[in-house]
Amino acid sequence: MSQPIIISASPHVHSDRTSKKLMYDVVIALIPAFLVSLYVFGIGAFIVTAVAVISCLLFEYLIQKFLMKTDVTIGDGSALITGILLAFNLPSGLPIWMIIVGSLVAIGVAKLSFGGLGFNIFNPALVGRVFLLVSFPVQMTMWPTAVENNTTMADAVTGATPLGMIKEGLMFGDTMTNITANLPSNLELFLGLSGGSIGEMSGLALLLGGIYLLYRKVITWHIPVTMLVTMAVMTGIFWVIDPESYASPLIHILSGGALLGAFFMATDLVTSPMTKKGMIIFAIGIAVITVVIRLFGAYPEGVSFAILIMNAFVPLINTYFKPRRFGSKIKSKIV
Amino acid sequence: MLKTFPKGGIHPPENKITAEKGIKRMAVPKVVNVPIAQHIGIPAEIVVDRKDKVVKGQIIAKSGGFVSSNIHSPVAGTVTKLDLIIDSSGYKKQCIVIRTDAKDPSNFEEVENPLKTDIELEPKEILQRITDCGIVGLGGATFPSQVKLNVREGTTLDYLIINGVECEPYLTADHRLMLEKAEEIVVGIKILMKALHLKKVVIGIENNKKDAISLFKKVIKKEDGIQVAALQVKYPQGGEKQLVRAILGREVPKNGLPLDVGVIVHNVGTIFAIYQAIQYDKPLIERVVTVTGKKLQNPSNFWVKIGTPIKDLIAEVGGLPEGTRKLVNGGPMMGKAIKNTDVPVTKGTSGILVIDEEEASRGEAKNCIRCGQCVFVCPMGLEPHLLMNLSEKGMYDKASAEDIMTCIECGSCSYVCPSHRPLLDYIRFGKNIVKKLETSKN
Amino acid sequence: MTDSVLYSVLLLVSLGVVAAVVLYIVSKKFYVYENPLIAEVDELLPGANCAGCGSPGCKSFAEKLVNTEDISSLFCPVGGNDVMKEVAAILGKEVVERDPTVAVLRCQGSCEVRPKTTEYQGPRTCAISAMVYSGETDCQYGCLGDGDCVKVCKFDAMYMDETTGLPLIITDNCTSCGACVEECPRDIIEMRPRNKRDLKVFVGCLNEDKGGIAKKSCSVACIGCSKCEDICPKDAVIMVNNLAYIDPVLCTLCRKCVDICPTHSIIETNFPPKKVKKVVEKKVVENVAVIKEEVIAESKNIKTDA
Repeated sequence: MSQPIIISASPHVHSDRTSKKLMYDVVIALIPAFLVSLYVFGIGAFIVTAVAVISCLLFEYLIQKFLMKTDVTIGDGSALITGILLAFNLPSGLPIWMIIVGSLVAIGVAKLSFGGLGFNIFNPALVGRVFLLVSFPVQMTMWPTAVENNTTMADAVTGATPLGMIKEGLMFGDTMTNITANLPSNLELFLGLSGGSIGEMSGLALLLGGIYLLYRKVITWHIPVTMLVTMAVMTGIFWVIDPESYASPLIHILSGGALLGAFFMATDLVTSPMTKKGMIIFAIGIAVITVVIRLFGAYPEGVSFAILIMNAFVPLINTYFKPRRFGSKIKSKIV
Repeated sequence: MLKTFPKGGIHPPENKITAEKGIKRMAVPKVVNVPIAQHIGIPAEIVVDRKDKVVKGQIIAKSGGFVSSNIHSPVAGTVTKLDLIIDSSGYKKQCIVIRTDAKDPSNFEEVENPLKTDIELEPKEILQRITDCGIVGLGGATFPSQVKLNVREGTTLDYLIINGVECEPYLTADHRLMLEKAEEIVVGIKILMKALHLKKVVIGIENNKKDAISLFKKVIKKEDGIQVAALQVKYPQGGEKQLVRAILGREVPKNGLPLDVGVIVHNVGTIFAIYQAIQYDKPLIERVVTVTGKKLQNPSNFWVKIGTPIKDLIAEVGGLPEGTRKLVNGGPMMGKAIKNTDVPVTKGTSGILVIDEEEASRGEAKNCIRCGQCVFVCPMGLEPHLLMNLSEKGMYDKASAEDIMTCIECGSCSYVCPSHRPLLDYIRFGKNIVKKLETSKN
Repeated sequence: MTDSVLYSVLLLVSLGVVAAVVLYIVSKKFYVYENPLIAEVDELLPGANCAGCGSPGCKSFAEKLVNTEDISSLFCPVGGNDVMKEVAAILGKEVVERDPTVAVLRCQGSCEVRPKTTEYQGPRTCAISAMVYSGETDCQYGCLGDGDCVKVCKFDAMYMDETTGLPLIITDNCTSCGACVEECPRDIIEMRPRNKRDLKVFVGCLNEDKGGIAKKSCSVACIGCSKCEDICPKDAVIMVNNLAYIDPVLCTLCRKCVDICPTHSIIETNFPPKKVKKVVEKKVVENVAVIKEEVIAESKNIKTDA
């Protein structure tokens, strides 16, 4: 034998899944949504995504190398995902320096200041996004409208998102019937031909990505399904009571960041609970807060706030919703 | 829908490459090193001395207490020395070294005993014989069988479960034994039924051993009260608590034993050893060992004398292949890596696994990404990531409150961890400390 | 404008007053009497909270000192005799003077003399690797080299030597708190009397294997030959299980055993170099070297002059 025998404690075989593979699976799952946004927004979407990804990787490298003086882990794919998800939550045509600021907040403040991958409490991409949203509300809600803005980004024609239109219309006392007439149809929403952030365009593409993640077992069904069902039920109740003042559940689920949030943001491994019971509680919390913000809050959209708020509850959820210990309750009887 | 246990579990690649290989008889080794601590509990006390002549099956170390077991000479020969030899624990342990007498015919004539179905002994005699013959659990835990069978009066006991699950990847020792000695095993079961006055027996076999399932179904047709349960393939179904839950739906209470829910579980290997002890008064001096590994020339199953150095087994299958980096005593999930090939086969050795470089190396441990996989696969409903953190930080009280002691060390958490974190290493360490703290308290 | 200033001032003042009153009442109501001696003794103790005395911290040790009648069995190893005398003076109790001790490492199995035969993969702590098996070398008694003792030392008195793979003890910093002794799973660290000028003679090995096996696994192992036992004039060497142990009480530091040990497993520390012939030879060599250097220097000088 050329090399000495290895001794280690059992088990001696390991599954071939690595965290790196998990991360790249998420990246693959995001590709359809990215393609749709490229089709819809053209070069603008590409620039925003590229800037966000590059600056996230760069900040991670610089901070780890020169500030933290630890091993550089930009290869593990987590900063890549943060960059993509951040870009997906931004309107295309956002000034480049703002994207860079957002990336710095996402990587520097939300991730590395907590100790890096695995230690952050809040979803880094969402922290970056919310930071930008509250700092630059005007630019962050300038949505280049789809279709017409396919080739150029210079003369961006801006329009409101469906949720923004509903909120605005209802504020001025308009009825849902009138508002809905101006809205894109549900099918258009599903295919992704409405205004909004880069990644939240197409419900179909997000669903495809989500199904891929479920198939690869990167995520479990608990968070997305619970979250979407709860949202549908809640908005459905209001809609049934007063269809003139509240939008239908289908609009709520297909528009805004609901699908992106349910499949990619809330399911972030690091910032979601670790038990299945906990995941369900977590998802219900997100759905309730989202609906409350959408229906009664000042902002038209609340998924990112809801996820961040529930992120803060995750340690608590992990403490109180534990898996049932084997043999802790004796229900079996002796015949 | 086949039965299984509900919570957790994993599906490692089975790699049962030796499933078709019949059990061959190993040549009697020139020297055997018999450790005196082959079972859980108190080591046996040596009753022979240097230069003593021993005959095959003679007691060479006597049971040292209640939870202990007799040890018999596997060969006829001369005790050359009482020495310290590294066993699978990685430490040097007291061994009795016996040089085989090359002229003694009993070493070379293996009598294949014919099937004997009449059980002559009375229940009390059966238990005494099991004690005398040094039978221990051959599934790997090596718990002395007489202690397990020593049921206090007044205890409700209605089921005997025979563990033919063999959920560890690679190992096929139990599988082959079931195929080749099915009728003897059924007689062994009837012996225990008689000894314990039991009416109901279930043989649990995983569905990847369809031949064994159909064979047993055929053999037990005429028998009353014996059933065969085909089980879903899932690791760690061979764990007592998981098996009882899978077959009977009964959940063994925390820190309890299967006996608490009226069940006794025995491995098929143990049952066969009991059959031989009762019907032919043959002590436990040999067992079936799977010698396996992807790169081995001809991996197979063997009848091996206790105390045979592992290098003899390796030589039998064509020597260590180039690039071998790890030798495991037992299966890949729960076996122990051994330091060299002088380690002797003991009563608990169910297999020898030879692993090459690619599989042997552990990935570098990275940050926990809190994916929760370890929680999902834990069959005991524990949170391995939390237990690892607590024992790493020295918070043993808290770890104990989080039920660290109920961990069965199946290794599912370490198996699935995408960050290659040494979860079980730390949990085992924490368990040791908690155990020490608890004993010092009492 | 003035109103709002006034109101805020008043509000803050009244808040402050209320808080002060509450704090006062609470501190009176929940006052716990403590023997003032405890604080005094605590002040004298080193305050390192090393737990070397057996109590979890200095404060609890102070309580123990005050509350026990006979404190002769209690000792603060860090503070030593001086501190204990002062404590005794305050409390009016008797203390027993103890010889100061220092930690020594009873293993010399560096990478060079004790080759590694296996490779350990897993958490690099001595406690866990000791649980898994007997270590990367063939010696199951010696140092595992993962530095648990260094991690536990609160006085920066230990560090891992990169070249030998063994921990080194800086005797000046060692307070003999005993944390490393407690931590080591192999029990290779021993507390031995400091003696004058830190002179120590001890067996640097714990290998209980028979000579040949021990020697094979480590070239500086104690092989149990008993030569030291035979030569010791004071019967300070005890042989148990093929291993010599020098009783520090009986040993007179004559160093006869050091010379006779065939594997150099007996360690002497801080003794002045012996006057042996070899040393003289070395001096000659050194002189030659010095002369050579002078010659070179001169020649250089000449060159520079020229």
